[in-house]
Amino acid sequence: MNDWVIETRNLKKFYKMGEIEVRALDGVDLNIERGSIVSIMGPSGSGKSTLMNLLGCLDRPTEGDYILDGVQVSQMNDDQLAAARNHLVGFVFQSFNLLSRQTALANVELPLRYGGITNGRKQKAIEALTAVGLGDRVTHRPTELSGGQQQRVAIARALINDPAIIMADEPTGNLDSKSGKEIMDLILSLNKTRKTTIIIVTHDQNIARQTQRIINLSDGKVVGEEVPE
Amino acid sequence: MNIGQAIIEAIESLNANKMRSGLTILGIVIGVAAVIAMLAIGSGAQNTITGSISGLGSNLLFVFRGGNDNVRNPQPLTRGDAEAIADPFQAPSVALVAPYISSNLSVTFGGESISSSINGVTPEYLEVRNYSLLEGDFISEENILGRSSVAVIGVEVADKLYGRRDGLIGETLRIEGQPFRVIGVLTPRGGGAFGSEDNIVNIPFSTAQSRLIQRSNDRVDFILVQAVNTDLVNQASEEISQILRARHRTDLGADDFQIFSQQDFVATAQSITSVLTIFLGGIAAISLLVGGIGIMNIMLVSVTERTREIGLRKAIGARKRDILIQFLTESSLLSMFGGILGIGLGWSIAYIVGLIASANNTELIPVVGLDAILLATIFSTAVGLFFGIYPANRAANLQPVEALRHE
Repeated sequence: MNDWVIETRNLKKFYKMGEIEVRALDGVDLNIERGSIVSIMGPSGSGKSTLMNLLGCLDRPTEGDYILDGVQVSQMNDDQLAAARNHLVGFVFQSFNLLSRQTALANVELPLRYGGITNGRKQKAIEALTAVGLGDRVTHRPTELSGGQQQRVAIARALINDPAIIMADEPTGNLDSKSGKEIMDLILSLNKTRKTTIIIVTHDQNIARQTQRIINLSDGKVVGEEVPE
Repeated sequence: MNIGQAIIEAIESLNANKMRSGLTILGIVIGVAAVIAMLAIGSGAQNTITGSISGLGSNLLFVFRGGNDNVRNPQPLTRGDAEAIADPFQAPSVALVAPYISSNLSVTFGGESISSSINGVTPEYLEVRNYSLLEGDFISEENILGRSSVAVIGVEVADKLYGRRDGLIGETLRIEGQPFRVIGVLTPRGGGAFGSEDNIVNIPFSTAQSRLIQRSNDRVDFILVQAVNTDLVNQASEEISQILRARHRTDLGADDFQIFSQQDFVATAQSITSVLTIFLGGIAAISLLVGGIGIMNIMLVSVTERTREIGLRKAIGARKRDILIQFLTESSLLSMFGGILGIGLGWSIAYIVGLIASANNTELIPVVGLDAILLATIFSTAVGLFFGIYPANRAANLQPVEALRHE
């Protein structure tokens, strides 16, 4: 018996573009093992982003089942989805998406605030920032940090609630190759040491090769899987 | 997310756009200040007017000729009516009766000539109107009987004709060319409900009637009646009505006279000034409404600008309610700051208006009432909430996927 953190059954997402129905996802069956690091690849328009939105509980499927960490997500209402995103998912975006007016600490604390946690927020946030190597930058604002450091803050924010999965959408896309490599190393080490399940959406072969499993997507369907060397 | 946190975040985000927040607040400040100032000036005016009417004395009754529109050929009030009302057996609640005739005539002394209110009065008039004298005596019963050419003048007349207020006893002035000897000067009263109370010349009723103010059939302009005390005002009014109905033979029909008490005048004046205050306040409230639309406008801009931020907040677990509270807090804070500053500004405006009024010798003390402050605070916060709801709802209902994709 495998320990799946993600199970999808015949996952479908259709959009209406005027008269035409766009089948962004057309029946995806996917199992992802807890503690693994997986990449999702595919050309533009293959449905990567849609799949990431569904797996990250940002959206509901038109059809099909999605079970995240043992919880049926497909039928949840907006508030339940928000709670699921808060507790079960951590996001790392290509463009960092930090609140520019807030300090690194406040940015990292934000998910705890929305989670209604009042005690020990600051302590936890400092721990998370230390874990990504920014223990000495807690009071800096995003504008005072380099791109790589900003992405570290974002990773700390994703980690803070001990989520079941971390969704990383092109996490190195806005970084130079040196800091991109550092971020990738950080993500890999977090997977190794914390056993956090990590899903990276990318179209960079070099990034994908560093993960344990590559899922290839095309025209809204899983067209192949490979396990890198 | 608790409220304290929401307020801190809202202040931070308003602080990030100081100019924009400031201008938005200014709209509310002007609206609230206008409301506060208008209400303050309105109630100040009300106090002044009702105060000067109250100064007449609370046990005073005015009897006028004429009734409502249904009365045809109302009989005039006469000296005889006044004497009948003065009869203590017919009207035990009446203390004093003062018939009164008046006309604006020219008064001259030396080369000076002014137009004054010439009042034909009886000795009772002094007490009924609560007058007092700077010097000399008031008109006496002998003056009435002898139709003496004597005058008791107000200070304005004294100032204009003689340039002084004392040592005037024995001076002679001419009313319409007829000489009168000054026997007294009244203490100043200031502006009253019926024009300046200092630009008057009181002369004996009989003298006025026979030589200056021709009225047929012993007519009087009105009769002033003083009730024995304030509690008996209504009873006195009833007694006067009985007497006049009998004398005018209008027992069956509508009265051909009207009796006003001081309270009646106060009530009338109050209802007039209240309408004025509501009118002024209503105009001011429109500017508050415009300020509210300013808040809505700026909040809509803010929601559009921060779509990505909203998407991010939703992605990390903010519920609809959290976003709603965040934006409502911002708009309420805008209007609340505006309200507080507006109260201060409105207060200052009212104070300055009071200063200007007193510099112009007008008695007007604007009153900033607690009710006005409460009204303005509640109204401005409600404006902020009301005009904040639409933008906040828009933010809260953004789909996280689309919000995150927003450039």
